[in-house]
Amino acid sequence: MMTGPFLEMDQLIMRFGGLTAVQGLSFKVEHGTIHGLIGPNGAGKTTTFNMVSGFYRPSAGEVRLRGEVISGLNMYEVARRGVIRTFQHSTLFAEMTVMENALIGTHIAFRPNLFAAITGSDRPDRRKARMRAEEALDFFGLLHLADVRAGDLAHGHERALGMAIAMTGQPDVLLLDEPFTGMNPEETGRMMELVRKLRDNKITILLVEHDMQAIMGLCDRITCMSFGKFLAEGKPEEIRTNPAVIEAYLGGGFHAA
Amino acid sequence: MPRIVFLLLWSVLIALLLALPHGLSLSQQEVLVFLTINVLLVSSYRLLTLTGEWSLGHVVIMGVGAYGSALYTRHFGIPVPISMLLGAATAAVLALLLSYPLFRMKGLYFLIGSFAASEIVRLLWKRMREPFGGAKGLSRIEPMPDFDIGIWQFDFFEPVSYYYFSLAVVGVCLWIMWRIEHSPVGLTFHAVHWQDKLAESAGVNARAYRTLAFVLASAFAGLSGALLAHYVGTVNPSSFDVEVMVFVLTWAIVGGTSTLYGPILGCVVLTVLNEIVLRNLGFEQARPLIYGLVLIVSVLFLPKGLESLVQKLLERRRTAIALQPEKA
Repeated sequence: MMTGPFLEMDQLIMRFGGLTAVQGLSFKVEHGTIHGLIGPNGAGKTTTFNMVSGFYRPSAGEVRLRGEVISGLNMYEVARRGVIRTFQHSTLFAEMTVMENALIGTHIAFRPNLFAAITGSDRPDRRKARMRAEEALDFFGLLHLADVRAGDLAHGHERALGMAIAMTGQPDVLLLDEPFTGMNPEETGRMMELVRKLRDNKITILLVEHDMQAIMGLCDRITCMSFGKFLAEGKPEEIRTNPAVIEAYLGGGFHAA
Repeated sequence: MPRIVFLLLWSVLIALLLALPHGLSLSQQEVLVFLTINVLLVSSYRLLTLTGEWSLGHVVIMGVGAYGSALYTRHFGIPVPISMLLGAATAAVLALLLSYPLFRMKGLYFLIGSFAASEIVRLLWKRMREPFGGAKGLSRIEPMPDFDIGIWQFDFFEPVSYYYFSLAVVGVCLWIMWRIEHSPVGLTFHAVHWQDKLAESAGVNARAYRTLAFVLASAFAGLSGALLAHYVGTVNPSSFDVEVMVFVLTWAIVGGTSTLYGPILGCVVLTVLNEIVLRNLGFEQARPLIYGLVLIVSVLFLPKGLESLVQKLLERRRTAIALQPEKA
């Protein structure tokens, strides 16, 4: 059984020149939960996200997965340890088909081998990779679009494909960067259902999101940050009623008035 | 396409390629040998561009293969076809070493960096009389030894024999490149080209894949250089200068780089244009001028290269075939 926290941020600091975007942030994510990271614009959510995924190297502090330090590793090394991120905008391989996009996601499990590729002895691997890609596309309702160019997809499908690519890597932790941006309520509802299903499959999810309704309805726990610092943590209803959180979102002047 | 038709088309193509030199004059046969070698050079260049990086050092890398193979035969007495492989390996190793400084850069910076690095190599050949022969280069390079299989005798001094030899080598190389591109490795090359950050988030070591493409492309380029060296018998620094690199770029751009046959098409069409049309008209001195014009015209009117014409043609055929059962 597991001892200690599953995913732990410990005193993370990120400086860009003279600006300190994140100042000593610490929080823990439990295994098999949906954990939200919220805060007003410029609070440092995305910066934190980028440190966890290996996109940035923290100026100080550590990110630990099952006790192993993963901060400071390259993004592909973090991914190979089971922490896979999605991107904020519709970042896809636009010139490739939906199926090919998903196949790239299988890279970790089926690492291509040059000599096997030339001789064709990797055929069983290719078949298994395709099956896994099909499974993920099916899960996100994209299988009927498998041969479409990714750049030609509708916005909601683009976001879903971004998640499908991450899912084919079979992550332990999925980092979702604003997954519901630009979706209509119906699409958001469907996507929330899928995210819950992922959690039920024992995938731990850390998400950054602005859509408060989605965050409150989806998360098991929420960490709120403000001006690069930890502000509060708790269940959705605790965060909703926390005076410090309300003040951070609406401004101190609100009370003074 | 049914398998029989597919095989039939390939056998026709191979038969044509085998019959081709017999209808040509001696000087045209020589051009045919160079053309075959250049097809390998420009195809290897495309392999590099799959990851999105364009280099200006590819011709010098080809030269590394040429010098390498020539020197291995001269100083170590290694027999010719094997020395060619060693020359290719030398080019690959040099590419691996160069990749450490060069792949700290991307795009235009990589382009300029590759030019600088390759000029250093070229100037080394020029400055070092031993073993590279200085500005005059190496001459009297060991030719390909004669070869005897039963009824066929190959005297590789004859262009036709050397053409068959290079055709076989280039054919195998193109087949390997095709296999690589249509495998998960090739897909990953494309992924690194279009979105290297997303590829990394999926566990792809983008820099390793850029290096792999660079090393593979350099190995094939080195092999083409070795093929050239043992045919011509001399190599010198100016046969691998930036002017030749511009020709390679022109072939690749005029032909297009999104398919394997694009650069080959560009190379063949421009060589035919040069050797048959220009030479007969007595314009061959104006080759750089004409190439420049062709480049401008093709960028303006055919930005996706000659290959886009072929693709359109195939597309039309495919839709025609797809529509047929509806009529029936």
